[in-house]
Amino acid sequence: MMTSRLTIAPILFHWDAETRWDFYNRIAQAPVDEVYIGEVICSKRAPFVEKHYDEMARILTGAGKAVVFSTLAEVMLKRERNMIAGFCALEEYELEINDSSALWHLEAKAHRVGSLMNVYNEDTMAYLAARGATHFCLPPELPAGAVAILADKARQLGVAVEVQVFGRVSLALSARCYHARAHGRIKDNCQFVCEQDPDGMPLNTLDNKNFLSINGIQTLSHNYLNLIDELGEMQRMGVTHFRLSPHTQDMVAVSKLFRTTLDGDISAAEAGEKLDAMSFPAPFSNGFWHGRPGHQLKRKGGLA
Amino acid sequence: MKPPELVCPAGTPSAMRTAVDAGADAVYCGFQNATNARNFPGLNFTLPELEKSVAGAHAGGTRVLLAVNTFPPAGKVDLWKQAVDAGARIGVDAFIVADIGVADYIARTHPGIRLHLSVQAAAASPEAIRYYCREFNVMRVVLPRILTVPEIKSMAAEIPCEIETFIFGNHGLMVEGRCALTNYVTGLSTNMDGVCSPAAQVEYIRDDTGNLSTRLGDFTIDCFSCAENAGYPTICKGRYLTPAHDGAYYAFEEPISLNLSSLLPDLMQAGVSALKIEGRQRSRAYVKSVVSAYRRAVDSIMAGQDPQLDDLLALTEGQKQTQGAFESKRWR
Repeated sequence: MMTSRLTIAPILFHWDAETRWDFYNRIAQAPVDEVYIGEVICSKRAPFVEKHYDEMARILTGAGKAVVFSTLAEVMLKRERNMIAGFCALEEYELEINDSSALWHLEAKAHRVGSLMNVYNEDTMAYLAARGATHFCLPPELPAGAVAILADKARQLGVAVEVQVFGRVSLALSARCYHARAHGRIKDNCQFVCEQDPDGMPLNTLDNKNFLSINGIQTLSHNYLNLIDELGEMQRMGVTHFRLSPHTQDMVAVSKLFRTTLDGDISAAEAGEKLDAMSFPAPFSNGFWHGRPGHQLKRKGGLA
Repeated sequence: MKPPELVCPAGTPSAMRTAVDAGADAVYCGFQNATNARNFPGLNFTLPELEKSVAGAHAGGTRVLLAVNTFPPAGKVDLWKQAVDAGARIGVDAFIVADIGVADYIARTHPGIRLHLSVQAAAASPEAIRYYCREFNVMRVVLPRILTVPEIKSMAAEIPCEIETFIFGNHGLMVEGRCALTNYVTGLSTNMDGVCSPAAQVEYIRDDTGNLSTRLGDFTIDCFSCAENAGYPTICKGRYLTPAHDGAYYAFEEPISLNLSSLLPDLMQAGVSALKIEGRQRSRAYVKSVVSAYRRAVDSIMAGQDPQLDDLLALTEGQKQTQGAFESKRWR
């Protein structure tokens, strides 16, 4: 069996440059294999971090990590269209695309397909693989049965298949900025209020139950996805890459627990207990994987 | 100016007849399963129903567009292929699709039938649209409801296919084809099952003080006092709490309907080829009123007259209407 690769997803939230530097300096020392950098959610945020990418990539590459550049998920304005055209012309980075506009530019050039693209089935995977896609990060709502078929297809096609295993899950994108809306503003005049919520802005129901998490135009789960119990099953299916989505909590510790579990050095049960003990600001869930409502958690032996 | 096609919803055989009689140039519909994005109980067509309905629509001079616009999950692709093959056999005029695999299947297997790119494909830039045209010979794109009229006009100049835009009906706030909120709450997927806020998991609960909570699955979506009309609990139309906002608020959007009647002349001049009315889940009376009103409005504009649009406010959700993103960037 191929060695399981552990990856760090692009930072979804609006972290300032200093926070990102600190994060990547720590990740450089973490047992992860590949790191995705780039602003995926909002083109207005990009100027704050763009100038740092080359140096961040140099540090991560120097530490032995493969660096992949992730592109915008929503491409509509002239500025965003130009960004995509520019990224697709880059030679120095491997790209992960998150919107079909990039497919126009790439033609047969090698690229990865991100989880915000809709690759739900083996036919779509095969079509894109025949035209340069080398790696697919699957949509997080796909249940285990579908992932198994896609992993099998990926093996036949000679492409990699990645599944998010930790962190808040992207549930929806919009053209409207809900961070700005909560603050009585509009997107063009947002004053970057999203920076106040480095793990997302909580959205609770009227009976004050935790529900969703807002990140600009993106809506995420309140619960943190945690597929530590399912890693073995995923490895047996042929999933090659395991994605951790960055949060402000100790991602180095998280990566160590996933790494040692993937390597069989500790049991999923032991790693799960250690993750439980880390006191994340939200409960864990794994419902999508089990074909249940995404917010639910299925522990071995029944629903928690 | 070429007259635009008025594209109308047909959730049932009788709704299709109603739309045809009310002056629809085209109707859109789907089969009774997960292959289309309005897979609701009591809606859509069996194969014999669709066969008969297509013949009836064609006899009335109306085209039939078949929505096969969800994303088949791995292992279930055959159901979508069967829907496409059945549609081809009974003579639909176009397929509306979103999934790349399904689009490829149609382009290879039924190259003589028009392909329309569904709003579920979320193609919002000229490059994304050109990609689908280049790969699958897409003849028309249904644009996401996120562009202003000037943006649509410049889009028209940059793409090789026709544009269809929504003009009336439900105003979803999330980008279609990119929303898993319903699956997070209910275990049924909008993309894979064609389900949004399924009625089977909706509850209305009245408390001691007379307030009415609407719930979907395990979550409260809104709460109404006695003086308010309770809306259907669609996640993106609910009221929520967040520390940054004082009190309950519509975090995404109010329950409100899109109504672009006053922008019709601008849309037609912007180069829009087809005007789409949402509402396959709505009643025959709704279809009759809305389609008739827009038929008269389009005909008036083509005749150089001011459109006299009936008041459609009573038919809108929550009796509130908006021009959404079409009017101004301030919507975003």
